[in-house]
Amino acid sequence: MEHVVIIGNGISGITAARYIRKLSDKRITIISAESDYFFSRTALMYVYMGHMKFEHTQPYENWFWKKNNLELVNDYVKTIDTKNQTLYFESGSSLKFDKLIIATGSKPNKFGWPGQDLKGVLGMYHKQDLERLEKLAPNNKVCKHAVIVGGGLIGIELAEMLNSRNIPVTFLVRESSFWNGVLPTVESEMINRHIISHHIDLRLSSNLKQIISDENGSVKSIVIEETDEEIACDLVGLTAGVSPNIEFLKSTDIEVSRGVLVNRHLETNIPNIYAIGDCAEQREPIGNRRPIEAVWYTGRMMGEVVAQSICGHKMTYNPGHWFNSAKFFDIEYQTYGWVFSKPKEGHSHFHWKHPDDTKCITIEYNTVTNKFLGINTFGIRMRHETFNTWLNEKRDIDYVINHLREANFDPELYKCYEKDILMAYKNQLQKV
Amino acid sequence: MSQKFQESMSLAKPESPDLSVKEKVSVFIGLTGLFILIVSLFNLEFPNTSLFLILALGCIVLGVTTFSNQRYLNKSKGIKNDAVWFKSISSKGLLGWMTGVSLTLFYMVLYFYPNLLGLGQKGDANTGMIALFDPLSKLLNGHQASQWFVYGTLYTVGILVFGYKFMLKYRHNRYQQLRTGSVMFFQLAFAFLIPELMSRLNSESFSLPYYDFKSIWPLNYYNFEKYRIDEFINAGNIGLALLVFGVISIFIITPILTYKYGKRWYCSWVCGCGALAETVGDPFRQLSDKRQIAWKIERWVIHSVLVFVILMTTAVVYSYLGKDTSEYWLTRKVFLALVGGLLSLVFALTLLFKRHALGKDAHYGAIGYFAIIISLIGIHFLDSQSTLFLFKAETLRTAYGFIIGSIFSGVIGTGFYPIFGNRVWCRFGCPMAAILGFQQRLFSKFRITTNGGQCISCGNCSTYCEMGIDVRWYAQKGENIVRSSCVGCGICSAVCPRGVLKLENGNLNGRINPNSILLGNDVNLIDLLKR
Repeated sequence: MEHVVIIGNGISGITAARYIRKLSDKRITIISAESDYFFSRTALMYVYMGHMKFEHTQPYENWFWKKNNLELVNDYVKTIDTKNQTLYFESGSSLKFDKLIIATGSKPNKFGWPGQDLKGVLGMYHKQDLERLEKLAPNNKVCKHAVIVGGGLIGIELAEMLNSRNIPVTFLVRESSFWNGVLPTVESEMINRHIISHHIDLRLSSNLKQIISDENGSVKSIVIEETDEEIACDLVGLTAGVSPNIEFLKSTDIEVSRGVLVNRHLETNIPNIYAIGDCAEQREPIGNRRPIEAVWYTGRMMGEVVAQSICGHKMTYNPGHWFNSAKFFDIEYQTYGWVFSKPKEGHSHFHWKHPDDTKCITIEYNTVTNKFLGINTFGIRMRHETFNTWLNEKRDIDYVINHLREANFDPELYKCYEKDILMAYKNQLQKV
Repeated sequence: MSQKFQESMSLAKPESPDLSVKEKVSVFIGLTGLFILIVSLFNLEFPNTSLFLILALGCIVLGVTTFSNQRYLNKSKGIKNDAVWFKSISSKGLLGWMTGVSLTLFYMVLYFYPNLLGLGQKGDANTGMIALFDPLSKLLNGHQASQWFVYGTLYTVGILVFGYKFMLKYRHNRYQQLRTGSVMFFQLAFAFLIPELMSRLNSESFSLPYYDFKSIWPLNYYNFEKYRIDEFINAGNIGLALLVFGVISIFIITPILTYKYGKRWYCSWVCGCGALAETVGDPFRQLSDKRQIAWKIERWVIHSVLVFVILMTTAVVYSYLGKDTSEYWLTRKVFLALVGGLLSLVFALTLLFKRHALGKDAHYGAIGYFAIIISLIGIHFLDSQSTLFLFKAETLRTAYGFIIGSIFSGVIGTGFYPIFGNRVWCRFGCPMAAILGFQQRLFSKFRITTNGGQCISCGNCSTYCEMGIDVRWYAQKGENIVRSSCVGCGICSAVCPRGVLKLENGNLNGRINPNSILLGNDVNLIDLLKR
């Protein structure tokens, strides 16, 4: 029987395993050094905040794996002998495979800051990071002040986490406004105000110069590059993005760049070895998508594609229209299609913002053809399927604005803003 | 791998954040109100009962409302679940267990030893806690209070004050606010004020049974008992109208509303049990058991209760009907034929139209129960004694009242809120929920829609589902959630951080979509189908 081995039990690896099991009775082994069972990484924040217990982050009960004949191994892969198709573990044992799927995900970035390995400095990615955070910042008596470095999605989540335990937070953001490499200015500034309203000490255009140690090798303070200001703190969260977790492949002949290089079938340069999820890097770009996408759903999609291929239905990884979502404290964010922080050439933005400063939308469209290109929506839920259809049908912005009600996904009985949006749209058009 | 299931990630097990001074004062005021009630148990002669009753209830109302204001009005609008699993009361800690035990004891005393609460025996004057409520009872219905009046008052006050707290907690969510306003209204008006005031109309020559219009058979399992039927019939046209209303409630109104809106129209907008669960019980919703085994047990237990209540009611009605067609058209035989006919019709229609929508075990369950009912009725036709179904009707009635009416719905259903979660009764025991659930699963436009590929499997929806539905199981596959137990409270949708879930009434086509393909992956559907 063919033996499929999957390194990594995150969403990509587990999705691959589930689909291979659906399609075949191959022997499947899943390896992880992080946790015994699959859990949702994105939910770790809710464990710290007390919304959930760790067991709630596990989408499948523990009997699931045995029942579906999925073998789980808790060990760390040290290296791979691709010629003999064998994995070598840190524990000293080894495992032979016929097909190998690399799904090892990411690790937090560190940019060589002085003091970045001190006690009290952590990223927020792995289960072990959460365990360390729980030790370092159980409450605001042990952790009197925390500094977060890096204004992305994980940074703002860490701020929300610490905030839930009343730990004062200073939030260093390199950009002049939160996440403005992705969000248009109007939206980014609205989120700035929302962050500050939660009593976060938000420092824009601020870089980390160094982390200063106390006599025990723990964090004492940090220094800001721009101002040389020193801020005393007990915890430093490094959340300046993530990169593929592939150090263990460096000595193998699997071709890597920043991530493991794969073609559109998610195959590496070595036959029978595949890479999926955050650690995979596309050789050829797919639309506007980046070659490495550390996004939950692309991991899931790649898992499904690789499973089909391994089970004899060779499939091309073909992610459809871009979409994503996040939550910034109390404000939910969704995006469908492409909205750039500054409209691309020949494009323009239509903005609408509610006076309460927690809801807004931005639509990017082509100024010549009026073609609808994408929407950012804050505080209003939209229906994925509807926007997917409109993007497929290449609708124009008039159509989208006039039919926005059909795309609304807010709970029933909520106030609707389509009329306000339509009014704003007409007013802005008249001005032009 | 054999490592024990991790209880919590929290090493320090941080206690809930300290209460602010104002919150502490609020708690003190509320507890003072409760203290007066407890003191009243010891038969102290209050100089002025009205004053102390107002003081007791007033303190409880003031305490809870000021506490809620402190807790929620100073914070931004949004989900407020911080530290839920750190607080002793909401994570089965010491406070949780103590509350559970106290509530359970209260229910035992209420149901089985009301004299301990001070109920006057054989028309004697009340003493203790029940006497404290005499002034209010006399004001409303003109009589001295009973233990049920005390319970009804506390129940209503609980729903109103904790409903207020719930509305502040979810003040960003209009669905939650309107729904809570609705249960508060139905409890205050329909379950409390109207029946109490109605009983004022009663005189020696005219008497209506105590009737909460929104309490529908089989939840209101005693609605068709002999004494009530006699009262209905003796009360002339009004009584008859009420009796007819009771019958059409379950056979006409319920199916129509459930078809249009799902069982939520009742369970989380109208029902009194649901009202208590959603307000007083809200802090415990995350404690419901999410394991698959719990679901399996649930299906057997709740449907067994349904069979029990149908048998019991049939037996009770049968026992007081006559045999002679010349006296009244509805004789025992006609009645049994009607019941059997109705059940067979439901069974046949379900198998005819919805065979494909039922899982294997639902098949077995349906066939099994149907066979039992039919064979029991058959036994009757064969032996035709005064007993029905091997048991005396009266025995069945008392057993049901004791096991289901008192122990299950009261002592376990509510007393165990802080241990098993707030919907134990609704999930495992309520026969009304079973009927509505059956309709919701097979004949309703209601479903919870999932939003394409946005789910990140975080598990907030499953954790906060009070009915123990593993919502994530469906959401992460892009499947609609169509489950008979869903009461449509909408909390899964509220706590979802990615805007994935929406409660909707929509087209019946494609309502159940087990093979849906997640949006995002552009696949050739024709190719996929060929496989």
